[in-house]
Amino acid sequence: MAALILQTKGLTKTYAGVQANTDIDFALPQGQIRALIGPNGAGKSTFVGMLCGRIEATRGTVMFDGQDISRLPAHRRIALGIAYTFQITSIFPGLSVHENVGLAARRAGGNEATVSDVLARVGLTDRAGQSAGDLSYGHQRILEIGMGFAQKPRLFILDEPTQGLAESEVAEFKALITGLENTTILLIEHNMSVVMETAEFITVLNHGAVLAEGTPDEIRANAHVQAAYLGTEDA
Amino acid sequence: MNRALALHLSVIAALGAAFFVLPVYHAGNLARIMVLAIYAMGFNLAFGYTGLLSLGHALFFGAGMYGLSLSMQHLGTPLLPAMAIALIAAAVVTAVVGALALRTKGVAFMIVTLMFAQAGYLTALYFSRWTRGEEGFVLPQHLRQFAGVDLSSAMGRYYAALFLFAVTLLLIGAIVRAPFGRSLIAIRENEARATMLGYDVQRLKWLALVISGTISGLAGATYALLFGYAGASFAAVPYSILPLLYVLLGGAGTTLGPLVGAAFMIYLFDLSADITDAYMLIAGVVLVLLTMFLPQGILGTLRKRALPWLP
Repeated sequence: MAALILQTKGLTKTYAGVQANTDIDFALPQGQIRALIGPNGAGKSTFVGMLCGRIEATRGTVMFDGQDISRLPAHRRIALGIAYTFQITSIFPGLSVHENVGLAARRAGGNEATVSDVLARVGLTDRAGQSAGDLSYGHQRILEIGMGFAQKPRLFILDEPTQGLAESEVAEFKALITGLENTTILLIEHNMSVVMETAEFITVLNHGAVLAEGTPDEIRANAHVQAAYLGTEDA
Repeated sequence: MNRALALHLSVIAALGAAFFVLPVYHAGNLARIMVLAIYAMGFNLAFGYTGLLSLGHALFFGAGMYGLSLSMQHLGTPLLPAMAIALIAAAVVTAVVGALALRTKGVAFMIVTLMFAQAGYLTALYFSRWTRGEEGFVLPQHLRQFAGVDLSSAMGRYYAALFLFAVTLLLIGAIVRAPFGRSLIAIRENEARATMLGYDVQRLKWLALVISGTISGLAGATYALLFGYAGASFAAVPYSILPLLYVLLGGAGTTLGPLVGAAFMIYLFDLSADITDAYMLIAGVVLVLLTMFLPQGILGTLRKRALPWLP
């Protein structure tokens, strides 16, 4: 088994008495594409928020590449090689597409070549001079993913990246992330075709706890998972 | 040479020539405008570029003004050391206020900076034995000299103001083009995204504020030096609001907006005072119209409509 890039132990978040995440033990081997799925309100965004430091954990530890990062602020975690895309598109709308990618690349030690390379990869070269805020919704999402690429992350966390994308854009997205090398991917996703086609392994959250883990085939066949999604008594 | 730098140098050259072309009265006005533009450029770095709306910059302006004038008045400190004291005073005050005020955001940040500035103003009044409070004091004439140039003469004052204006403009021009400046703009545009790209947003904001406050302090010290007077009214609330108005009018986040805004507003007051005693009314109406129809200010609108390269 490959070395673990990310591991959590007992990760818990309580909001005013409501447990959003309860004692999550999670291990992610280097190089894997992992999907994190679960019904709405299962605590997926809270969980990844605690991984990258946007949300302070109530208790528990987060290890990144063998280092305890539980106490580090978000920007320090990012500097270690984590990239994160928001569930609701978050770019610099007033700046050019080129500058958006440039800001991501520079912080990670990249240069002009990194920017051109990323723009070409995500197909935004022609729009490099355009204001990011003027892009279509789909292009804005692709831009944000491109900014993640420019960071050359070792772990790339994507929160519902295909939400609101057209079919053709979803296909492009699948090609983009499966083509990444040296990057571990943690993907929150509702689109099951994306999950089943890209993920090597799936973790299912329900009610803020891990319900099941396994390969796409195992998860598909798991009765508990089906119940959680369909909302039967068993869940 | 890029267009932005060429534009900045042209503006500086035009201002250099203006002294010989303009009538004495307007040259005097322009000297004052340039000093206030330094102040507004400092403010603009925090507000226009970093998105930090401070309502307490009079404190930093005042720290520079009193740093220079009190050391000259009471210790007989010569010009350069007095200027150094002014800059250090402004930097230290901003560093401390920034460290505390930046724990808040948005409206709370506005209120906290306003309160700090008010405390500074009251401090100046409290120590009126030295500051002479609102009444203020006149700086010793013999200390307002530099390398044989009399800074209280029309020409000495004008070119001293131009020199410091030019230095500040080129400095700001360089900052906003550098990666540091680009990261400040990123914070203004989307703070959460900047953090999640790995930028240490708190530290960058603090640095921006310290530079902003120090430049404001430079303006305060220069004002006292060139116009020979220091008083507590310069540390009061209106002096926190003025640079905001200049920057909004000229164009927030443009390098030359502060100059344009300061010139516009000072002449607006000046010209409307010629027409009526109720000049504030005319000025007010014009300001309302401008913010309604040019919400991005004069240069901001120009940049959006016609000149996208405008720095």
